[in-house]
Amino acid sequence: MSRTADNLPFLRIEGVTRRFGAFTAVDDVSLDIDRGEFFALLGGSGSGKSTLLRILAGLTEPDSGRVVLDGQDMTGVPPHARPVNMMFQSYALFPHMSVAQNIGYGLRMEGAPRAAIRDRVAEMLALVRMEGFGERRPAALSGGQRARVALARALAKRPKLLLLDEPLSALDKNLREATQFELQAIQERTGTTFVIVTHDQEEAMTLATRLAVMDHGRLVQVGTPGEVYEFPNSRFVADFLGTANIFDGVVEAGGPEAARIRSAELGMAFVSAAPAPGPAGMPVFVALRPERLHIERAAPDATTDENRLVGRVRDIAYYGDFFMFHVELPGGRTIRVSQPNLRRITARPVDWDDRVAVTWDADAVMVLPE
Amino acid sequence: MTAATRRALVLALPVAWMLLFFAAPFAIVLAIAFAESVEGIPPFALALNPANFALLLEDPFYAEAVLRSLRVAAVSATLCLLIGYPMALAIARAPERWREPLLLAVILPFWASFLLRITAWIGLLQDDGWINGALIGLGLLSEPLKLLYTDLAMYVGITYCYLPFMVLPLYATLVKQDPALLEAAEDLGARPWRAFLTVTLPLSLPGVVAGFLLVFIPAVGEFVIPELLGGPGAQLIGRVLWTEFFQNRDWPLAAALAVVLLLAVVLPIALFQNRAAKP
Repeated sequence: MSRTADNLPFLRIEGVTRRFGAFTAVDDVSLDIDRGEFFALLGGSGSGKSTLLRILAGLTEPDSGRVVLDGQDMTGVPPHARPVNMMFQSYALFPHMSVAQNIGYGLRMEGAPRAAIRDRVAEMLALVRMEGFGERRPAALSGGQRARVALARALAKRPKLLLLDEPLSALDKNLREATQFELQAIQERTGTTFVIVTHDQEEAMTLATRLAVMDHGRLVQVGTPGEVYEFPNSRFVADFLGTANIFDGVVEAGGPEAARIRSAELGMAFVSAAPAPGPAGMPVFVALRPERLHIERAAPDATTDENRLVGRVRDIAYYGDFFMFHVELPGGRTIRVSQPNLRRITARPVDWDDRVAVTWDADAVMVLPE
Repeated sequence: MTAATRRALVLALPVAWMLLFFAAPFAIVLAIAFAESVEGIPPFALALNPANFALLLEDPFYAEAVLRSLRVAAVSATLCLLIGYPMALAIARAPERWREPLLLAVILPFWASFLLRITAWIGLLQDDGWINGALIGLGLLSEPLKLLYTDLAMYVGITYCYLPFMVLPLYATLVKQDPALLEAAEDLGARPWRAFLTVTLPLSLPGVVAGFLLVFIPAVGEFVIPELLGGPGAQLIGRVLWTEFFQNRDWPLAAALAVVLLLAVVLPIALFQNRAAKP
């Protein structure tokens, strides 16, 4: 991990708080981001992710706390003086300027020589594969092309930090995926530190080297996509990233070995591979990812037991690449089980109204503190 | 009913309106402009007589009046622009709940009679009026400044009266500008002032043009304000028209003057619009 000279991280966000009237948009957020990272701020609307991004850009000042970029305290530095550029959600391309003028705008404001601007604009157009579009007006571009121009414009000044505010939310699914790969490739090629804001967990997981999940203005969890998905630290994160079946439970046996979590509601126990987060009697949540569950027709004598639930298939959602089974458990709860669609078959081994057993490995049991 | 007939019906009303209230009066004025002046009622005889236009071209008095009117209108429109732009910008950038009351404040003077408001300015500007009274009271002047019946008073009156026509179209273009554009400009290194010059101002040009024309066109023919507030020296086209029509009873010459004035105002605008419409 690269550090600046005085051993500070490349970007340090320190106790940043921002209120709008009685509403606290960003609540005491501290976060370090390293040079060259592709960092995602992930959260629902109103989670404070966009406000945090605007604070990094200087478009919003924090009420307290500070932002230090590459050893330089950014407090009070206006947006035009920051080595930070932003790709706006609406792209905010200047409609009265050509694509080339848009991309060259930042360099013109710097007073760069004409020839240098021309060369850099050509370089940027090539980077985003938009050669030949320099003379077009933004209105004459498709959504994907506009996104590329916005990216080129934000990168033209070689910012130390590039901020991306929901950059791909206006694109349709296929184009979004293609553009994601491109974004990643450009990030690697330029080596710029990217901070992206998104509400799309898939986007955050595929793009980011690390991500932070935000809720109510706070950072709930920070980690690599794998860490956050496999080891969520809270019910919120387990639910927000991917799909999770979540049940209430109580720690039955603590200790350093496998935790046993009793569910009064289901009349069984979950056995986890990891130790319990607390002593016996502690109320917890158990989260199970649908793709970690096995489903099969239940033997007539099968009963609900340790890491096994018996229920009835109430619904099968066909997604093409996988099936999602909705299994009704005794007591009324439903558990979702996904199965990859591995073979092209017409008769399903498990069908509607079948009595099924849902099982899983101890490894799949995620125990979350309340 | 076919789509074409429906379309024709929908268009019929505005077309009829334009024919009745624009094309027909203009045709009448044009006919009178080519008529011969006679004693009697009406004081003209229809003819095809270019003498009126010839006189307008020959006698520098008329050309000067037209030019002076155009200049007064241009100066007034510029003053309105300089005062109205900051006003429109401030309203467009004000918190949303403040915009309507502020706009209402701009339009509010229209609710009082135009003549009343001009007469009120006489009270403010005259030698023993409020402005001179205040300046003398503050010790800034020892004797009253001549304000009323000067060009200054005329410009004050015209600018004051036409300001809303500038503010409204400017506000309309400024308020719909995406605030993210200005943020993008600042983010890319433009100081606020340059961001204004390179983004806000060029994007508001349609509003500037609309506001300028809305002030300029009626100001060219403005008669009442120069008459009530302006000095005796300024022979504006409105005054000349009035004189020809009511005092000299030379309807054809007055009509010819009106036609020339219309062409002098409309032709450059039509050319400009035509050029602006092309990409």
